[in-house]
Amino acid sequence: MTEHSRSAAASPEHAAHVMPPSVLLGTAATLMVLTVLTVATSRIDLGEWNVVLALAIACTKAALVALFFMHLKYENRFQLVVLVSAVVFAALFVSFVMFDTIQYQPDIRAAETQVQPKGS
Amino acid sequence: MSDHASGHGGGSAAAAPEERFLAHHFPTMQAQSDTSKLGIWLFLGSEVLFFSGLFVAYGVYRANHYALFHYAHNFLDWRMGALNTVVLVGSSVSAAWSVRCAQLGQRRGLRISLLITLLLAGMFLVVKYFEYSHKLHNGIAWGAACHPSKEILATLPAALQGVPPPKDLGTFFSIYYLMTGLHGIHVLVGMGLYVWLIRRAGRGDFGPGYYVPVDSVALYWHLVDMIWIFLFPLLYLI
Repeated sequence: MTEHSRSAAASPEHAAHVMPPSVLLGTAATLMVLTVLTVATSRIDLGEWNVVLALAIACTKAALVALFFMHLKYENRFQLVVLVSAVVFAALFVSFVMFDTIQYQPDIRAAETQVQPKGS
Repeated sequence: MSDHASGHGGGSAAAAPEERFLAHHFPTMQAQSDTSKLGIWLFLGSEVLFFSGLFVAYGVYRANHYALFHYAHNFLDWRMGALNTVVLVGSSVSAAWSVRCAQLGQRRGLRISLLITLLLAGMFLVVKYFEYSHKLHNGIAWGAACHPSKEILATLPAALQGVPPPKDLGTFFSIYYLMTGLHGIHVLVGMGLYVWLIRRAGRGDFGPGYYVPVDSVALYWHLVDMIWIFLFPLLYLI
């Protein structure tokens, strides 16, 4: 594992983690397989679970990109904290808005059915 | 990112060649690269939040108009989306490879991998151009301007033939054009950055002692890839 040169004496950037070709190509191959998987599963009707499965596969792919292509796995933990906190806040943003929009669905449906007979 | 050498360290003759890229406000190369890395990660965090607003718009409209989304996705060709996914994953590999080449001081490999990344980014936009022009040519625009042509309606699955298109079809395409358009602008910016890196790599600026720009642009590029990873299933494979 000469790739993992972590000698403190060397110039600072020498201390960085060099990704071996096997890891880069392995990550790429896994991403391709997951792309095929996401297309294949979209053909099967799982109702509401289709989107859950598609997002689960997308999250796995994103995690692979972050860990290996963006070498987050070998990085100072602070970089991980920055990315994870941004993702957590984005998820909070999306989920609270979704709670709200789903909460008012019955009211919207009721209003729509009241309006329609007049319009038609 | 500092192009200029700034007489740091009193012009000591023993300084490593990469020291010419050390900006005067940093004590060491280590401090400079650590600061750049934190800076680029904070920027990527803000990019995630930037795109999250569009994902919220997507989520709300999808929750309220699922039938519309399901209808509209028939106008998107999943093969084009899948092709672009493969193109972007390929460009991410070559971007990661360029960082590896810079770290190992492989100058020829660096120039080749940067060039491959640029070409694949261009290919992504060419595919996107064909998708956009095909849609706009057939009246599939955003908002109230969305009036699908007879020709494109005829390509819908048999079950949807003769069914008039939903009146708010343009809402889906507003979201589609905004999400893919903002992503496309990021690809365009990335291409500009890769042209800049190729010029600098040709000049021999990068090596094991100094590759912060190669690394930072690659991190940005991987984020652009990551966003597409979410856009592809959400828009093309509903």
